[in-house]
Amino acid sequence: MEFEKRDAPFVAPTTNVASMMLHVLYALIPAALAYVWYFGSGFVFNLIIAGIFCIAGESLMLRLRGRPVEATLADYSVLVTAALLTFAMPALTPWWVTATAALFATVVAKHLYGGLGYNLFNPAMVGYVVVLIAFPMDMNLWTAPRMGDIDYQFMTIAQTARFTLTGSLPDYLTFDAISRATPLDIVKAGLNDMRTFEELRAYPMMGDFGGRGWEWIGNFTAIGGAWLLVKKIIRWQIPFGVLMGLLIPSSLMYFLVPGVHPSPGFHLFSGGTILCAFFIATDPVSAATSEKGRLIYGFGIGFLIYAIREWGSYADGVAFAVLLMNLAVPTIDYLTKPHIVGHPIKRRGAR
Amino acid sequence: MNSPAATYDLGKLHGGLRLPAEKAAATATPIRDVPLPDQLVLPITQHAGKAAHPIVGIGERVLKGQLIAEAFGTLSAPVHASSSGKIVAIEPWPVSRRRGDNAPCIVIDCDGEDRAIELPDQIPPFHSLDPESLLQKILQGGIVGLGGAVFPTGQKLMQAATMPLDYLILNGVECEPYISCDDLLMREQASLVLGGAQILMHALRLGKCYVVIESDKPEAIQAIGEALATLDDNRITLKQIPTIYPSGGEDQLVQLVTNREVPSGGLPTDVGCVVQNVGTAAAIYRWICEGEPLISRVTTVTGPGVNSSMNVSVRIGTTVADVISFAGGYTENADQLVIGGPMCGKSVTTDRVPVVKATNCILVLNEKNAATVEQSCIRCGECAIVCPIQLLPQQLFWYACADNESKLRSYGLTDCIECGCCDLVCPSHISLTASFRNAKARIHEQADEKARAERARRRFESRNERLEFEKQTREMELALQKKQAKSAGPSAIEEILERQRQKQDKED
Repeated sequence: MEFEKRDAPFVAPTTNVASMMLHVLYALIPAALAYVWYFGSGFVFNLIIAGIFCIAGESLMLRLRGRPVEATLADYSVLVTAALLTFAMPALTPWWVTATAALFATVVAKHLYGGLGYNLFNPAMVGYVVVLIAFPMDMNLWTAPRMGDIDYQFMTIAQTARFTLTGSLPDYLTFDAISRATPLDIVKAGLNDMRTFEELRAYPMMGDFGGRGWEWIGNFTAIGGAWLLVKKIIRWQIPFGVLMGLLIPSSLMYFLVPGVHPSPGFHLFSGGTILCAFFIATDPVSAATSEKGRLIYGFGIGFLIYAIREWGSYADGVAFAVLLMNLAVPTIDYLTKPHIVGHPIKRRGAR
Repeated sequence: MNSPAATYDLGKLHGGLRLPAEKAAATATPIRDVPLPDQLVLPITQHAGKAAHPIVGIGERVLKGQLIAEAFGTLSAPVHASSSGKIVAIEPWPVSRRRGDNAPCIVIDCDGEDRAIELPDQIPPFHSLDPESLLQKILQGGIVGLGGAVFPTGQKLMQAATMPLDYLILNGVECEPYISCDDLLMREQASLVLGGAQILMHALRLGKCYVVIESDKPEAIQAIGEALATLDDNRITLKQIPTIYPSGGEDQLVQLVTNREVPSGGLPTDVGCVVQNVGTAAAIYRWICEGEPLISRVTTVTGPGVNSSMNVSVRIGTTVADVISFAGGYTENADQLVIGGPMCGKSVTTDRVPVVKATNCILVLNEKNAATVEQSCIRCGECAIVCPIQLLPQQLFWYACADNESKLRSYGLTDCIECGCCDLVCPSHISLTASFRNAKARIHEQADEKARAERARRRFESRNERLEFEKQTREMELALQKKQAKSAGPSAIEEILERQRQKQDKED
């Protein structure tokens, strides 16, 4: 009997990119529900717009590059970009802002660098930073979370949809009436005003650790992240590195110079820390590859988040921290090549 | 002391995979004998080194166990007739090898009598032989490593005997899915395995031996444990290791058992260890104590593409087709024939290939469900996590695509054991192992090319030097003659002319 010749191994691979990306999307569901609960239906509209424009940008670029469009879209990586982008946006964002971010993420950050696998920077973070700089006012329009005792303005689905499509509020509402400083903003401004952290914690917005609503979104994000860890879609090194990079300096400062520094708990649960640790920094394409390298990469991101929050002019620094560490990846990879079994162990400084 | 209880004081292996064993079907029945075929096909290269030289002619009658090709050159091993019959051809035949698809084979038409060559009346007990002559004897038995690497055992042991050694490690790990020939061998012939271990220890003057078995083979562990208890040899210890692929690789096993890393490009003997497959040990026992050279082996016939999976004892040279038909033939969906396991085996295009000393498994697989399409690497790093050598396969792949030899070397391409773990975990379905194999072959070729060019250059240069030297010598001689002629003066010229005249006169 005659047979065809193939290459070993003859065992089918156990995973595929599409299933990895789908896992990431599933893991974001609890956080998305929490987000919608606290900040309203705007999240859903943003997600739809980000999804449409990310797919459009990706399809366009795939066609221009002469790559198979449908097969590549089916790896779902573009939907992960859209989802992460949506989490970074305020719930009330006009569509053109989201669209700009989505197109910049896919067209420039992803495909001009060669597509999935070759992009140096995390596409979602590039898209976010572009609109953060281009549309600063829109990007600061955070509403108050839906919590019983906080004075918040609840917008109906129709009103939210209208805002997303036109950028205008109902006649009886003004931007000032609905926008609220985020806990990170409050702490940053308050500490600059010579108030102590303990004083600031008494604000109704502040909650237990990272701000009302925000900390719950953080919890639900962590549930999804833990599930990804269990499923081995992500490995522990990057999340651990990010959290340590943030917690070690913030704990040191909090306990050594009490009063004028936010607590490590606040850093952990406010802003995008948890999302960054489990979902953004863990994007494999733009992260370091070796186990040791990933610890360093994660730690660098955590530390930069801390540095930007503490000493920078932005209230949160996740996107900048991730992009800066993306730049450091080739060097980290080069310096953390693992010891090959059977090779002599190089001593430091030995040539 | 030699209880089969788990001994887990082990070194650590990086990465690896827990693979589905797929061994239940073939281990359900005892080893069965494949009947003698009508024809035996014996390749003269069934070992790692140079081909053996046939010493029989076409038409000659041979007996079972008779030497038909003798070892010749480096790392060569002799070949013996697996049964009695007539040599009908010495010709190229399809075989399963690492490189190339055909090899010269000695074809024997069996007479069915299976007459063996006469053995000496008394086989001396191995204790009575000194280690050196024991090693020489092993060399003559045609015995090669039966785990798959087919390194001639005699040469391996002779090299080992020159090194300071601590341990003999008998490899009964058999970590690859589907393969169970060593498992069955240990269950049924445990005393032969241990007898082989004693011979090896005597030959190498070693006082410590580990028999290492993976934890998913409780019957083999029990059988070896019982045989050990009967043998009462406290130099031999049974060691159980967790079931993780590829623990059974020679260097990986040394690392697991002794916590010593075999140096890159080196051998286990560099760290004081000799590793032998359990099947090899049994073959050594048969040769040294029973006088039977390596003419048969245990092979697993299995996979979804054969009707009944089993382990068979088969004469070397029986074609795979014969073995498969003994195992009930192919199923309808049989699509792929693999010699060896599903991770490291080699697919062959025809079942006319013979079972050789290296054939530990005949695996028939079904159609692959869907053709997997290679996508771009997303740098997820799973390949690096499972690599037992701690290589960075995704980086290696990058440099293999770019054909960057110096980077490939510095990232350890030559250390890759081609275990296939990275292929299995790659979400982008990249054929990493195949690309490394090809890159290795390319580097090999380039090195050969370079060496050839270097030889040609040296030849050319030495010719130029020679020509230059000859030219100079000629010039010097000429100058010397001129000088002599000058110093002799006109009378000398007269003399010469006179001599020439005389010569002419004579001729006239």
